[in-house]
Amino acid sequence: MRASSRFLLFLAAAALGFAGAARHAAAERERRAAEVEARTALVRRLGLTDLALFTEARYTRHPSQADRFTPFQEHPSSLEHFPSGSIAAPPRD
Amino acid sequence: MIELRNVRKVFNEGRPDELTAVDGVSLAIAPRTVTVLRGPSGSGKTSLLSLIGAMARPTSGRIVVDGREITSLPERFLTDVRRRTFGFVFQQGNLVRGVTTLENVMLPAYPLGEPRPALLARARGLLEMLDLGHRLRSRAEWLSGGEAQRAAIARALVNAPKVIIADEPTAHLDTKLTREFMEIVARLKAEGKTIVIASHDPIVCDDPVVDRAVGMRDGRLDGDGA
Amino acid sequence: MRTWLERQRYVVDFTLSSLARRKGKNLALLAVYALVVFSLASVLFFAHALRHESRAVLRDAPELLVQRVVAGRHDLLPQAWVATVAGIRGVSGARGRLWGYYFDPPSRANYTVMVPERFWGAKGQLVIGAGVARARGAAPGDQFPLKAADGTYLTLVVREVIPAESELVSADLLLVGEEDFRTLFDVAPGTFTDVAVSVRNAKEVQTVAGKVTRLLPSARPITRSEIVRTYDSILDWRSGLVVVVLAGALLAFVIVAWDKASGLSAEEKREIGILKAIGWETSDVLLMKVWEGAVVSLAAFAVGVLGAYAHVFLGDVALLAPVLRGWSTLYPAFRLVPSVDPYQVATLFFLTVVPYTVATVVPCWRAATIDPDSVMRT
Repeated sequence: MRASSRFLLFLAAAALGFAGAARHAAAERERRAAEVEARTALVRRLGLTDLALFTEARYTRHPSQADRFTPFQEHPSSLEHFPSGSIAAPPRD
Repeated sequence: MIELRNVRKVFNEGRPDELTAVDGVSLAIAPRTVTVLRGPSGSGKTSLLSLIGAMARPTSGRIVVDGREITSLPERFLTDVRRRTFGFVFQQGNLVRGVTTLENVMLPAYPLGEPRPALLARARGLLEMLDLGHRLRSRAEWLSGGEAQRAAIARALVNAPKVIIADEPTAHLDTKLTREFMEIVARLKAEGKTIVIASHDPIVCDDPVVDRAVGMRDGRLDGDGA
Repeated sequence: MRTWLERQRYVVDFTLSSLARRKGKNLALLAVYALVVFSLASVLFFAHALRHESRAVLRDAPELLVQRVVAGRHDLLPQAWVATVAGIRGVSGARGRLWGYYFDPPSRANYTVMVPERFWGAKGQLVIGAGVARARGAAPGDQFPLKAADGTYLTLVVREVIPAESELVSADLLLVGEEDFRTLFDVAPGTFTDVAVSVRNAKEVQTVAGKVTRLLPSARPITRSEIVRTYDSILDWRSGLVVVVLAGALLAFVIVAWDKASGLSAEEKREIGILKAIGWETSDVLLMKVWEGAVVSLAAFAVGVLGAYAHVFLGDVALLAPVLRGWSTLYPAFRLVPSVDPYQVATLFFLTVVPYTVATVVPCWRAATIDPDSVMRT
């Protein structure tokens, strides 16, 4: 097979891949809508304010409740030392 | 077929390293003939060849190809004339390494965008005609000296040019291969092609197929005054 | 048109032959490039999907919360505050809340202990999140000892485990009754952690918050929109350190590509000379270089982005997990619901393909313009 044909085939396969991913995303969202609703209901029922993602420290666990200076409760010149800080930056106003 | 009128080619004009490679050459090349430019290196043969083949523009003078003056043609048209009229064979074969013989032969036709099946058939035909049918898929660097030279000739022929220009084609070939080369030249002449060869090889110059041998020295043709 | 298309295909043919000459090196280049794109896309996809999730799930968080700040720290507040807030016009209800953190030495995990509005268990019972159940190997009916503030042990019995599908918001929760909470943390009756406020009219929330600050100067109100905005801002891809590092890697790659293209070897120059001599124009040579850059970057983009999608939404973000998990020992088990921002993907496409292609072509400009008879003259 001609080299450029093989490349065109690759591009076509990639395009199919992207289309497939888009379809998958839409289908999953629909399929799991009930699950998301269950989480929302729990938040409502318990009055929750944060996702339970970063359980390393108090201010990483409830970022919406923490103030800008909350990290400094640990130490006056506390630099960001938790690894999760590399994905989530401190909240801006 | 090709006519040069008082053509001059000067490199680095006005600068201290100014060089007059071709100094007032007038030459007429008839169609379906084999012309040889004879002369030592430095005589301006290569520059004259590149002028004849529309690869470079003369500093002064006129060049007429197939009844059409090409001296002042814009770049794009000049390239077009060159592509369709001339085929070049270089001293060292100069095939692209790492690429197959077949693809090497097809390369000159790539920018012209003709449908591939036709191009493939033509390239195969040329290679078979030159006894390279078994080397289609070999990489260019694996070919022997003679095979590489024949592949270069096939490449020069792929766009069905009217004129073949060869610059010292037999410089790296032995006697046997040189004679084989001249046989191919004879075949091409019989097919109606015009051939211009620059060479100082006596086997080439003295070959009976040659219609005209022109001596060259210091940018001038013999007999034009030195 | 047909000629133009055919010409492109021929040039791509030759470009691929050309790249295949150094197959190993070029494949390695492609692999590394794809890896950089993969990493960057993974972080972008993860952050975006999480942001989407947080917006959906936190839309019913408390409308307004009131905290007390003493000497710059979050402190407990008295019953009187609840009454004050409840008396503000526009407030339909105010409730003192109790919640805090418990550090569990055996599992070295931080739990969030909470008293829900209507705790459905009896005194002496607790409801735990699925992550806690995993960390302590606890099941309904098990004993769950907790070390109280006065040093003694308070043993509660697990009543139920919160279903795993809600782990993202509840993995580390311990839900207890008010009495047990006060015993555990030695919090005097009549004091609360904060006040949860419900406001009749959503547009009034800001006004109520303002009134709270005026009535209680050391209060810090937090509105629902602020809660959601917090997650928007912390998951904003621009501020993540990881993204900065990866973007830097991408840039470094482009620089390497430029450097490689600028230092055209003698072999490459010779090849261009031959092409020019056999009839290729400068534009044809440059087109070849454009395709050379495009082929590599398009392939890297396709592999990297599709791989990232699979990694984040089909797999379990295995490679980012260590960074996300960080030092926490209790981590929710969840799979994100796919949500991708097409604008992000488009931007990534341009950043991946265009600079690399340009870096491959521009340095070759000079070499591509050499005279066709240069090969003859050497």
